[in-house]
Amino acid sequence: MNHAAALPAEEHFETSTGLNTFKLGFWVFLGSETLFFGSLIATYMVYKGASVTPPYPSQILNIPLTSISTFVLLMSSLAMVLALAGVQRGNRAQTLTWLLATAALGSLFLGFQAFEFTEFYHKGLTLQTNLFGSTFFILTGFHGAHVTVGVIWLLMLWVQALRGRLGAERALTVEIAGLYWHFVDIVWIAIFTLIYLLE
Amino acid sequence: MATAEARVRAEFEPHGGTGIWSWITTVDHKRIAILYYVTSVVFLVLGGIEALIIRLQLAQPNGTVISAETYNQLFTMHGVTMVFLMGMPISVAFFNYLIPLQIGARDVAFPRLNALSYWIFLFGGIFLYSSFLVGQAPNGGWFGYAPLTSKQFTPGLNADFYSLGLQALGVASIMGGVNFITTIINMRAPGMRLMRMPLFTWMSFVTSFLLITALPVLAVALFFLTFDRQWGTNFYQVAAGGDPILWQHLFWMFGHPEVYILILPAFGILSDIIPTFSRKPLFGYAVMVYSGCLIGLISWGVWAHHMFATGLGPIADSFFTISTMIIAIPTGVKIFNWLATMFGGQLRFTTPMLFSIATVGLFTVGGISGVMHAASPADLQQTDTYFVIAHFHYVLVAGTVSAVMAGTYYWFPKVTGRFMSERLGKWNFWLFFIGMNLTFFPMHFIGLLGMPRRTFTYSPDLHVTNLNLSATIGAFILAIAFLLLIVNVLISRRNGAPASHNPWGAATLEWATSSPPPEYNFGRIPVIHNREPLWLPGKEEVVEAAQARPGAIHMPPPSFWPFFTAIGIVGTFALFLTGHWWAPLIGVAWTAIGIVNWAYEPTH
Amino acid sequence: MSVRRNLLRLHAALVLGALVGVLAGCEGEHPQSTFRPVTEYGVILDRLFDHTVWWTMPVLALVWIVLLYVVFRYRERPDAATPRQIHGNAKLEVAWTIGPAIIVAAIAVPTIRTIFAVQPKPPADALKVEVIGHQWWWEFRYPDFGGITTANELRIPTGRTIDLVMRSADVIHSFWIPRIGGKRDVNPLPAQPGHPEHGATTAHPNHIIFRTDSVGVFYGQCAEYCGDSHAVMRVRAVVSTPEDFDRWVQAMNVAPAPAPGSLEAQGKQIFETHACVACHTVNGTNARGVLGPNLTNVGQRLYIGDQDRLKTTPENLARWITNPQEFKPGAKMPGTKQSGGGLPPTGLTDEQVRAVAAYLYSLGRTTPAAPAPTTTTDTTSTSGMK
Repeated sequence: MNHAAALPAEEHFETSTGLNTFKLGFWVFLGSETLFFGSLIATYMVYKGASVTPPYPSQILNIPLTSISTFVLLMSSLAMVLALAGVQRGNRAQTLTWLLATAALGSLFLGFQAFEFTEFYHKGLTLQTNLFGSTFFILTGFHGAHVTVGVIWLLMLWVQALRGRLGAERALTVEIAGLYWHFVDIVWIAIFTLIYLLE
Repeated sequence: MATAEARVRAEFEPHGGTGIWSWITTVDHKRIAILYYVTSVVFLVLGGIEALIIRLQLAQPNGTVISAETYNQLFTMHGVTMVFLMGMPISVAFFNYLIPLQIGARDVAFPRLNALSYWIFLFGGIFLYSSFLVGQAPNGGWFGYAPLTSKQFTPGLNADFYSLGLQALGVASIMGGVNFITTIINMRAPGMRLMRMPLFTWMSFVTSFLLITALPVLAVALFFLTFDRQWGTNFYQVAAGGDPILWQHLFWMFGHPEVYILILPAFGILSDIIPTFSRKPLFGYAVMVYSGCLIGLISWGVWAHHMFATGLGPIADSFFTISTMIIAIPTGVKIFNWLATMFGGQLRFTTPMLFSIATVGLFTVGGISGVMHAASPADLQQTDTYFVIAHFHYVLVAGTVSAVMAGTYYWFPKVTGRFMSERLGKWNFWLFFIGMNLTFFPMHFIGLLGMPRRTFTYSPDLHVTNLNLSATIGAFILAIAFLLLIVNVLISRRNGAPASHNPWGAATLEWATSSPPPEYNFGRIPVIHNREPLWLPGKEEVVEAAQARPGAIHMPPPSFWPFFTAIGIVGTFALFLTGHWWAPLIGVAWTAIGIVNWAYEPTH
Repeated sequence: MSVRRNLLRLHAALVLGALVGVLAGCEGEHPQSTFRPVTEYGVILDRLFDHTVWWTMPVLALVWIVLLYVVFRYRERPDAATPRQIHGNAKLEVAWTIGPAIIVAAIAVPTIRTIFAVQPKPPADALKVEVIGHQWWWEFRYPDFGGITTANELRIPTGRTIDLVMRSADVIHSFWIPRIGGKRDVNPLPAQPGHPEHGATTAHPNHIIFRTDSVGVFYGQCAEYCGDSHAVMRVRAVVSTPEDFDRWVQAMNVAPAPAPGSLEAQGKQIFETHACVACHTVNGTNARGVLGPNLTNVGQRLYIGDQDRLKTTPENLARWITNPQEFKPGAKMPGTKQSGGGLPPTGLTDEQVRAVAAYLYSLGRTTPAAPAPTTTTDTTSTSGMK
């Protein structure tokens, strides 16, 4: 997730494709992440309906609540776009506002998830209860971990912006953080559709 | 003259030093390659010793050399070592050394990430081997089938070392894949179009895609295993409705691309060496590239041919039979193209060429037996027997390892500026050739005559004693061959005949720069106009540019943080062994410190 | 260069390889060979294997002939000019793409046909045998015969289709008797979902369906790595005539009664008052344990515990009871002084062991109607077999 490895040849000639190397490398990494989440989601689908003991998804999933948290996460992507626009224009106020907004919305999403997990726990669903519990918590848990990393990353950028070290020349750094953020968001849309909406 | 030298020194400051600290902090792809190579060879020796003990136990029926428990740990660690700690990293050693040199770059795209990959690999390997210290080495086979690896059937730490160790190694492989893909896409010299790249770089490219796509699937399978064992989840628990077959699907979805991760680099090595010693360009370059890509692609659709006995039903069996057989076609094309490259050439039988020729011939044996068990009903008699062991050792020993030997003899002059001894090399080759065949050829028969694999003993009633004895003798001959390779490297490193920048008269770009190459690889990045820059007109300019006095080249400075961060990452996984949920967080914190320091480290 | 000498060595190596092949033939009979099938199922697989050999060997031969030709013909000559720089030949490359494709097709078509042929629906009149894999022994149940149960020796009659319905009680095993045919994994079956509206379960047992006309004993063993004693998880198929098979079935339902006061009676008493009965069953007695192999008529079995070293004799039974771990490392049965399977040592004295061994040896032998097979391997073979 770090983004500061050296680019030895950069000063001497353009990259072969014209693409920035960090950005390209990060895209490749996201490709790898796709397979990771793909496998987790596939496992969830394979085990759908295979639980031996309750609670079953239909008894416990709170679709209205999760729709709200999904909306929150989608809005955070919008905020991310605005933050990047701020950096690119060198507009410090816009950068600070929207970076913080993105991180806040991300945190809010995590809050919803924490609430949901606690709720499920009280209704008797744990990692060990049944296959639904195992697959649900591991899949959404790994996603939540990714959001957490993203929030920390955004806050680090925000601190840099606060210290005036996030000018237009570092737009790429924010753009890569944005790539990550949008990716995590898209993964959630897939999870939300497949777990919550699909019967 | 003296002033000129002084000016050069003022312009390019090498990140010198040869002490241990310089190796720990190096980010130079060439030094990291050497670290990878040496470490892999150490693991080759360890895996080899395990194999020899296995062969001693099986030299006679009802053998009593070691106990069943020890045997099961040894064959598991032999497999894990040869796949994850030898086969993959030794390929990565070649990737590291050669990709930047072959495409005209000064280093890989992310030099510190590269160092991080290496240190994770090293610490992951040490972690796996530390299991022997507590007498609980992995014992569920390299394929670790559920539910044998569950807490119920493996209460010890054996399966934890397995799942956590492989998890760490997987992280390193994914990072490596990202790095090489980015390097190849983005850091080619002017004029080095994709279709002008040497075949080795091409095959590394395909392999890297397999790395980044296959390893995440293994990561998920291993996470499930870890959670099942540590926190009682139900992924592979039949009592909770879980299906152990899920592990098989996930494992082989990784595992079959993995097979091509191991063999494609070997194809690349052959495709570079054979033209050199035939004095002819590679026959059908484009087809060789496409067939490699096709193999990589199809390797994603064949995983269940490892599961024909599992009972997937006739439809799935048919699908995977056909997809597996299709993969034989591009592989066959490669073999014929190598033959055609040699056809009409001027063959020089140097040691690398001998190994390459043997690889072409013997790999075909493995390919043929592969087609035999692609026929899934016939495979019902072959799978999980010594026939399969014979098959994949022909592919991986006569294929991958033999090609790696060829590559070692071939690129050694580039790395050290000295030749390896050809006399020792010839001994090395013939002992390898004889030992290899004596070990693995009889195994075809051992399997077809009914001996399953992963068995610590066999009955004299099976009447496969002589065959097993032959395999044991062959294994020791093979061991001598590997020993000779190591001896040859050690002797030739200091005493080998000096080699020029292009001692074999090869065509590809890595031979343009001096031997050994300077830290910055090329004085000026050469402009490439064709596939054989050192054979075709314009070669003088290429060499001249490569060996030009360096301008104001900035190379990335050494960094301690990859080493530091790797301790954190492997430590995170290792601390799961404690069984305390908070213990891995120590590793996470350590890693975070490493990453923050890394991020704020000046790179100028 | 010493090319000629090197090639000589190459030939020597090849000859060596061929010798190794011959070596295999010289070792005598191979009871676990895949080449001597005694069922239609086995014959079909063997035929397919032959088919793959015939279609692939020419390719191997071609590659090696061209390789050797090239190596001889095109070795470097000191005065030779630079060879012609050929970059490829589209026609040739198309040819050797199509060539292998044809061979692959020639193998694939009969393969697909075979895939469906060897996975038929079991016929209604098939003799059903439930095969249950355990670490590290085989359980066989005969639901058609009142659920009689035996272990490690699969008793079946000739001339009747057998349907093995297989599942595991613990980890994955694989049932393989090469002369009967290909192996199939013996999987633990996932528990049924508790929520029926959510589709069907994927849990289904694997089957091996076959028929044989050959009387004899056929060797096999577990083929999927299953832990410590995987290597010694062996199995024997004992095929007898329908009449002999019926007699065996009858005998399995007869309660043994050793003569009062005999060593056997003493053994029975010890057996029934010690830990043995916690795991073992002997029909017609109060031994009703189900964790270990069912020992009804165990005296009739060819081997005890270890399907190789321990022919069923009182002495070998005693050795097994004294220390099973010696023969099956990790076995879940305690010895007299060693614990096993989480159970403490039985603490039986040598004297007691001898009595128990005598008792077990007598099981099935006191009922004269049930002959043990006399041959250890078959002598007959059905028509059309190699």
